[in-house]
Amino acid sequence: MRATFTHHQTAHCENGVASNLLRNQGLELNEPMVFGIGSGLFFVYLPFLKINHAPAVSYRPLPGQIFNRLANRLGIKIKRIKFSNKRKAQEVLEENLRNNIPTGLQVGVYHLSYFPDEYRFHFNAHNLVVFGKENGNFLISDPVMETTTLLTEEELERVRFAKGALAPKGQLYYPIYIPQNIDLAPAIKKAIKKTCNDMLAPVPIIGVRGIRMVGRAILKWPKKHGVKKANHYLGQIVRMQEEIGTGGGGFRFIYAAFLQQAAEILNNKQLEELSLEMMKIGDLWRDFAVNASRVYKQRSNQENVYEALSAELIHIADLEEAFFKKLKKAI
Amino acid sequence: MKKSEVPQDQSSLKDKNLKEICYAIDDDGKFTTELSSGWDVKTTIQENNLNHLNEIVQEAKLKVQKGEASPVEYFMELNRMDWKLLADYMGKWVWQIKRHRNPKVFKNLSESTLKKYAETFNISVQELTTFTGN
Repeated sequence: MRATFTHHQTAHCENGVASNLLRNQGLELNEPMVFGIGSGLFFVYLPFLKINHAPAVSYRPLPGQIFNRLANRLGIKIKRIKFSNKRKAQEVLEENLRNNIPTGLQVGVYHLSYFPDEYRFHFNAHNLVVFGKENGNFLISDPVMETTTLLTEEELERVRFAKGALAPKGQLYYPIYIPQNIDLAPAIKKAIKKTCNDMLAPVPIIGVRGIRMVGRAILKWPKKHGVKKANHYLGQIVRMQEEIGTGGGGFRFIYAAFLQQAAEILNNKQLEELSLEMMKIGDLWRDFAVNASRVYKQRSNQENVYEALSAELIHIADLEEAFFKKLKKAI
Repeated sequence: MKKSEVPQDQSSLKDKNLKEICYAIDDDGKFTTELSSGWDVKTTIQENNLNHLNEIVQEAKLKVQKGEASPVEYFMELNRMDWKLLADYMGKWVWQIKRHRNPKVFKNLSESTLKKYAETFNISVQELTTFTGN
């Protein structure tokens, strides 16, 4: 059996699944739109939570939130089901496929054999679509892949029931209602406001304050933990920024693309300028990654390197603070 | 980032026939997507990350060799897990799992517990119990 479904590749998995599932039902929303209306741009630093032996940092909100916010703002209804019984989880999925419903799944990354070793960690908030089953294999559309792929029953069960933080518990989801007429403008305004408020939140670990906190922490790492650990910590920041399907620069380029489209829909020239400004900030994030990667090669002047990186990040935080204040006013 | 600046370096993506999407602007200043085969900067950082994790695995191996830790700790690190995650997979408390890194305690584990460990680590019970770190 095979549900009607067209696979489009995207940078990020959650945007991709949301966009692909909606497009499949005739609602043309591309990745930047999904990301923007879902208020996907975010930053949080959790120094006490260690992931992969380094402090946790995230450039996006909790899994599921992008699609949920998008749905709320556009009046779309999504059905989500979690399971405690693995057999039942597979049965409901197969029932969906028989009813021609391509279905989104939350899965763990570690056991997805089609990813290179460098990408395989116990990260449980990956998303993909199952759109059929043939010869005992599930047909998989993983939005970060160029083409569709296959997983056996055992493989799919393993990733659906991965354990640990944010365990997917077999969660599946699919849109059950999409309004006939959708007005994007008010949703875009609401979404931009939310992103501005998140990034300017008066909380030390969130938004621009969170970025600044990381900037200050970088200075302390080499003294407190030694160079080796400091470099590993730094690597985690950059990996989260560039590795997990952010489209480059910790989602800044996707967000800039969203602002460009929003400028047209809202007929707001200022957003067009802000889009370019966001892109330039994204370029600075890329520069930060370039400079961070040099700590592994440079042996001398280590302290100066950390000082420079710290200053770089704090500079980005300053620019973003000014940026989101402007953006809030422009709406 | 301009479309022409999207890096096209060699990377681990190639082994799996993968390319990832980057967002960049074209000559008219309009955003578009471009596939990237990899970025040296990212590769450097990923390699360093894997080296670091590998060192931790080697340390655990040495501990097993010296009789300071049971194979549980080694296979946990090899599978990029931590105590909390391993406890989740085993359906036990962290303190229970941490006891199992004591080689003496590990020796007296029940067959069913060993089987569960083996399943979690995707190896056979024999591979688990006969691992000496050598």
